[in-house]
Amino acid sequence: MSFHPKMPYGTGWHRSERKLAELGPEFAYTPENQARFDAIVKRYPPEHRRSAILPALHLVQAQQGYITGHAMTFVAGQIGCTPADVEDVVSYYTMFFTQPVGTYVLYVCRTLSCALCGAERLTEALEEKLGIRAGQTDATGTFTLLEVECLGACDRAPVVMVNDEWHECARPEDAAALVDALRERGTAALTGCHLCVERRNGQ
Amino acid sequence: MTMQPILTQHVREPNSFTLDFYLRHQGYEGLKKALALPPNDIIEMVKQSGLRGRGGAGFPTGMKWQFVLKDTPKPKYIACNADESEPGTFKDHVLMERNPHLLIEGCAIACYAIGAKVAYIYIRGEFYHVQLALERALDEAYAAGWLGKNIQGSGFDCDVYVHRGAGAYEAGEETALLESLEGKRAQPRIKPPFPAVAGLYGCPTAVNNVETLCNVPLIVKNGAEWFTALGPEKNGGPKLYCISGHVARPGVYETSMSTTMKDLVFGADFAQGMANGRRLKAVIPGGSSVPILLPDQLDVPASFDGIQKAGSLLGSAGAIVMDDTTCMVWLAENLLHFYQHESCGKCTPCREGTDWLLKILRRIERGEGEMRDLDLLQSVADNINGKTLCAFGDAAATPVLTTLKHFRHEFEAHVREGGCPLHAGWRRRGTAAAAH
Ligand SMILES: Cc1cc2nc3c(=O)[nH]c(=O)nc-3n(C[C@H](O)[C@H](O)[C@H](O)COP(=O)(O)O)c2cc1C
Ligand code: SF4
Ligand code: FES
Repeated sequence: MSFHPKMPYGTGWHRSERKLAELGPEFAYTPENQARFDAIVKRYPPEHRRSAILPALHLVQAQQGYITGHAMTFVAGQIGCTPADVEDVVSYYTMFFTQPVGTYVLYVCRTLSCALCGAERLTEALEEKLGIRAGQTDATGTFTLLEVECLGACDRAPVVMVNDEWHECARPEDAAALVDALRERGTAALTGCHLCVERRNGQ
Repeated sequence: MTMQPILTQHVREPNSFTLDFYLRHQGYEGLKKALALPPNDIIEMVKQSGLRGRGGAGFPTGMKWQFVLKDTPKPKYIACNADESEPGTFKDHVLMERNPHLLIEGCAIACYAIGAKVAYIYIRGEFYHVQLALERALDEAYAAGWLGKNIQGSGFDCDVYVHRGAGAYEAGEETALLESLEGKRAQPRIKPPFPAVAGLYGCPTAVNNVETLCNVPLIVKNGAEWFTALGPEKNGGPKLYCISGHVARPGVYETSMSTTMKDLVFGADFAQGMANGRRLKAVIPGGSSVPILLPDQLDVPASFDGIQKAGSLLGSAGAIVMDDTTCMVWLAENLLHFYQHESCGKCTPCREGTDWLLKILRRIERGEGEMRDLDLLQSVADNINGKTLCAFGDAAATPVLTTLKHFRHEFEAHVREGGCPLHAGWRRRGTAAAAH
């Protein structure tokens, strides 16, 4: 997002943009997540608890699916900083959601190596199958389709990340089958990272 | 010239990531040897080896460690850069997933050398499966006394932690990485002071790439001369290359830096030439941030100095290969989308300039450009290049400057013909305008 007067606004999202998060329901960690947070925060010097903001937010998102205003206030309390400090971080990093997302978030890599191998066609095929555009969630709340930048697996292009797992060499012609397989078998339908020799050999 | 893989020798063997496997292959011997030497000797050894940073800039690692402030009551830190976000780069995750103990050993030796007790491995948020592999290895290392208090009875304490990012290319820039580690937005700091003087929490810090640190145990174990002898002068040691795009066999290849770029793209041991028998059009040799090399410029050693002489940079050694179906205006647009999206917004030329460049490129690709837009592109790119807070600005201007330099006729053809004359079958069906 540009601040230049001649630059039309509303053309997309930029990390320098400020959007206030909705407060959402009350938030507190589950006892397990609280224990995880308490262990993580010890990795940093006591006077630098703020370092634990990113891990704290990952825990929130794992628990609730997205990060609300109440959750930010909660994290601020855990860290000992202001809610604005937390919001500052949430709004910068692309992996944090401030809106609910689908059960499966499909992150299709759109950067050069993947695009050369058909990522644009893959996105089109997924859009067609799901009946949504990139950036949207389908009506059943099952799938969110996102285009993202290089995922660091360009030799197995096009790459799709689904939640935290990988699906490699995703050909456009297999897109519809992938969606069906995800519906049926969940993330077990994904190829995973090709380096998991053990998983491939069934060990 | 080919070289037996060293860093990746065992990565395709089952359970190569376990401590057992690692110890059976002389694992942690570098650390054992290092702990018996004075820290300064380690720095000296790394200096002698000529090891250059594998993260992008190729700065000598020994020198970086030597700059780390000695006489200070403050703690010191190692920050391992595992952000691996440069488009076309995918080597560090192979090391972390399949040979994680090598990195852990490298972190421990680096800490010992500069007098640090803690290393943070900053890993990009998208590498969650890699993080799990690393954490499993860390648990093993702690349990066996290769990390923690009084390592192997040496009196040296060292902790290594993984810190997960959350999606931001700019977090790979060293000072932005430190900001992110401190729990802030990944926006770079003004240098100087350099991290060696005031880094993490204002304390002396060395920021090193994963592959860089993985070379350290080898140097300590086998000696500096062994390391230098593996490559051309000032470009010693094993090197990982990432080759992607329109090649027959994309992947990570480990070889000596005397191997030529041409060999990496066409060699039988490497990427084996173009896929589908097409013709080579261009190579971006070092991740998306460096200038293009044309087919007749590839017969040079793929070393830091060799690629620089050819007019580009080795960068992160991520070679992206394009065949003759690739439209260079589309390519510039694709990469500027990346840079526009990833600009951290801290300084004006980059934040505004990347937006403008993308807009103009879209206009041209869509067929709505005018001839004067070419000069406008040049002018906007020139006003970013060299005028920003961090090297991201130069990286963002590069795709525009390099395509304009080598493929100006393609830009002109778009304007003349009112559209893209080279709309390949692998691209979006609609015009590029349909892309958001
Ligand atoms: C915009 C930008 C992004 C960068 N991304 C990475 C990265 O993802 N991984 C990395 O190791 N270095 C990256 N670097 C280089 C680091 O700033 C730094 O030079 C490097 O981590 C130093 O380690 P080395 O000396 O071992 O190479 C990036 C630099 C810039 C300017
Ligand atoms: S050059 Fe770009 S990425 Fe670097 S500080 Fe400026 S705005 Fe941020
Ligand atoms: S370009 Fe898609 S993973 Fe790198």
